[in-house]
Amino acid sequence: MAEKEGGGEDNTVAEIEKKITEAFEVFDHECNQTVDVREIGSIVRSLGCYPTEAQLHELLAEVEEEEPTGYIHLQKFLPVMTRVLVERSYQPTPEDVLLHAFEALDVNKCGYLTKEELVKYMTEEGEPFTQEEMEDMLSAALDPETNTMRYKDYITLMIVDDV
Amino acid sequence: MGCKTSVPCNATKKSERCKCLLRAALLIQRWYRATMARIEMRRRYCLNIFQSIEYADEQAQLQLSNFFTFMMDHDLEMTESNFSLAEFERRIDVPDSYYGPRLKFPLTVADANALLDAFKKEELLHARYVLQLLHETRRVLKEMPNITYLSTSYSKEITVCGDLHGKLDDLLMIFYKNGLPSEKNPYVFNGDFVDRGDNSMEILIILFAFLLIYPNDLHLNRGNHEDYIMNDLPKIGSDFKKFILQVHGKVILYLLEDVFSWLPLATVVDSKVLILHGGISDTTDLDFLNLFERSKVREHVHVGLLLSSLKNLAAVGPHEEDSSRDPTQKEWQQTLDILWSDPRNQRGCIPNKLRGGGCYFGPDITAKLFERYNLKMLIRSHECKQDGYEIGHGGKVITIFSASNYYEDGSNRGAYIKLNPDLIPRFIQYQVTFHSAHSPPRINTVEGAALKALREKIYANKTELMEAFMSKDLTGAGKLSVSDWAEAMESVLQLELPWRTLRAQLARLSADGRIEYTSCFYDLEIEKPVEEPSLVETLCKYRKDLEMIFNFIDKDQSGLISLEEFHHTWRLFCAHMGVETDDEAIIKLANTIDYNKDGYIDFSEFLGAFHVVHRLDKGK
Repeated sequence: MAEKEGGGEDNTVAEIEKKITEAFEVFDHECNQTVDVREIGSIVRSLGCYPTEAQLHELLAEVEEEEPTGYIHLQKFLPVMTRVLVERSYQPTPEDVLLHAFEALDVNKCGYLTKEELVKYMTEEGEPFTQEEMEDMLSAALDPETNTMRYKDYITLMIVDDV
Repeated sequence: MGCKTSVPCNATKKSERCKCLLRAALLIQRWYRATMARIEMRRRYCLNIFQSIEYADEQAQLQLSNFFTFMMDHDLEMTESNFSLAEFERRIDVPDSYYGPRLKFPLTVADANALLDAFKKEELLHARYVLQLLHETRRVLKEMPNITYLSTSYSKEITVCGDLHGKLDDLLMIFYKNGLPSEKNPYVFNGDFVDRGDNSMEILIILFAFLLIYPNDLHLNRGNHEDYIMNDLPKIGSDFKKFILQVHGKVILYLLEDVFSWLPLATVVDSKVLILHGGISDTTDLDFLNLFERSKVREHVHVGLLLSSLKNLAAVGPHEEDSSRDPTQKEWQQTLDILWSDPRNQRGCIPNKLRGGGCYFGPDITAKLFERYNLKMLIRSHECKQDGYEIGHGGKVITIFSASNYYEDGSNRGAYIKLNPDLIPRFIQYQVTFHSAHSPPRINTVEGAALKALREKIYANKTELMEAFMSKDLTGAGKLSVSDWAEAMESVLQLELPWRTLRAQLARLSADGRIEYTSCFYDLEIEKPVEEPSLVETLCKYRKDLEMIFNFIDKDQSGLISLEEFHHTWRLFCAHMGVETDDEAIIKLANTIDYNKDGYIDFSEFLGAFHVVHRLDKGK
C-alpha cells in the first residue's frame, strides 16, 4: 500500500526492519522465523518492490542457506531486504509506462488484445507465465463475450484493487 | 520506452521490434506479479485477522462454559428427553396445517430426500420429528465404539469431509458433486457440523437421518464445536419456528447435548489412516481412547474444577453432583487433545495457547504415533485452509476443511477427500458462490469484512487502548511513533497482526509521520445511540458472550427475558468476569430497553443496539 498521506513516514532502518518482519510473519505459518522459499517473491513484492524473476533469483541466492533447505530464515532475509528498501531497488511501474507496454503489444492499435495475442506474449516472451498465472490473468482480464482484453480498463480495475 | 524507428536494414528493424515486445512483456509480467503478490498478502492477513478473532472468541467460549454449567437445571429435561418414540408421538401433536416432512421410523431414503427437499426450500421439521430423530440417533450412537474401524473393500472409495459449521450450501454442494451417502458411497464427516453458519440444525438433521438409514456407511466424528449449540436454536427467524421451539426448545437442546456426547471420537480406515477432528499429542493413547465411556466428557472444561471455582458466587439452581458421571483427568485430557490440537512444523509438543485447549504437535510426534500404531496417514480438520485442504508433516498429516467462504464471501475454498483402497487421497475443491462464475470474489469484500471485525474489537477496547496510548505518549501530544502505536495495539488486543501494514486503514498520520492515536476511534460508533455511555464499551466487548447467556436463560426460547433475570444474570456475569459494574446504570438501561414496559426485554433487540458500525458503513 503506497503511503499517500502527508509527510514522510518514519523511514529509519529500525522501522524498515519492523515492516519487513511483519510482512515476513504473515507468511510464517509456524511462527518460527522461517518461510517457505516459494513465498519470498510474495513477501518482497508485498513490500512495494517490483523485481523481475531474474532479480528475485539473485536475491534468493543471497538469502538461501549454503545447503538449500527449502526454508528461508528471517535472520538472513532481514539485512538483504533492508538494503533493498533503503536503496529503493526494483522500483514500481508507473501507470502510464504500463499502458505503453500494452500498447506496444497491441500491434493493430485497436485498444484491446485478443486472448490468443495475450497468451502468446505472456507465455512466450519475457519471463513466461506459468499456466496458473495465465489462467488467473485471463479469468479477471478477459471479457467472456468477445474473448478480448481491453487493457486500459483492466489496468484501472487492478489499480483499484491494489489500493 | 520508445522503439527506435530510424533503423536502416530489415533484420535490425525486426530485432528491434522483438526487443521492444520483449521489454513490454517483461514489464507487464513484472507488474502483474507484484500486484498479485500484494493482493495475496492482503488475503493472508485478512485470514489472520479472522482467525485470531475466532480463536480468541473460542477461548472466551471455553471460559464461559463453566458459567453455563452452574446455571444448568437438569431435572425437567432429563425426564422429557428419555421419552420413547411412541411417547413423543402421543404427547406432541403435529397439526394438519403442517406441510413439512413427516418422518416414519425406521427412516428410509424417501425420508432423507424429503428432508433435503424441505431444507432447500427453507422449510422446517416439526419439533416432534426432531425429538424422535435425536432419540433414535442417540440410541444408535450409544452402540458404537469410540473408534470405528472401517475398511475399503475392493471397489469402495470413502469420502472424508471436514468442518461444515452450519453451512448447508456446502453440504448440498458436496452431495451434488459426490452423490448422496449410501452403501456404495460411504462418508466420514470429521466434526464441527455446527456453529457460525445459519443452518446448523438442518445439517445435523440431515446427517443424523443418513446415519440412521446407513449406520455402517455414514460415520460422524465429534468436533470441538459439538458442544455449544446455544447460539443456533434461536437464530431461526419465523414465528412458526419460534412457536415450535418455544415449547420444546429446552428438551431439544438437552437431548442434542446428549447426542453430541455420544458422537464417536475417531475413525480408522484399513488400520492405516486415522481420522479425527483436531490432532494428537505426545500422550495420545488410542487404546485408552477406545475404551473409556466417551459420553462422560460433555463440556470441554473439567466439571470438577469448575464447581470448586464457583463456590464464591451465589448459588443459582440445584445441581446434582454425581461424581461417578464425571470424566477422570486423563479421560478429559485425552479427549481435549484429539479435538483441539493443531499440527505445526516445529518438532515437539507444546500447549496450544492460541486455542486454550489441546496442543501443537510436530512431525516427530506424528512419526512416533504412526510407529506405535502402524499408521500411514492422519486426516484431521479444525483449521480453515485457503484451498480447502493442506498437506503437512511430509505428507503424513492432511487437513480437510469443507466450509467454503467460511469467514466471508471469497475467503477460502472448501474441499473433500476421496480415499481409494490404495489409500492415496484425491482432493475435490469447490466454492459456493453467489457471484457470477466469471469474476472471482474481490479481495476488497473479504478485506472489508475483516476490517469491520477488527474495528469492532478496537471500539470495544477503547478505554484500555487509550490508557496504553497515553502511557507511551510522554509529551501528551496526542501522537505516537508507528512503533509505539503498534506495540500498544498488539498488547491490548492480544492479536498478532501486521499492524504497520494495516495502519493506513486504522489510524491517521500527522504531518510529522507520527500517528494521531485518537483517530483510531473516529468514525466508529454503535448502531443505536444509548443513554448510558459508561456501559457501552463493556456491552460491546461482551456482546457475543451475553448473547449466548441470554439465549441460555431464555427457557421458552421466546426471545424475551424478564428484567429481573436480566439484572441478576448481568451481576453474576460481571462478578464472574471480574468486570466493574454500575448497578444503577444497568437498571436504567434495562428499563429504557423495555419499550412496552411489560417487565420483559427483547434481548436480541437490546444486544443489536451494540453492534459497532463505521460511520461510512451506514448507507449499506
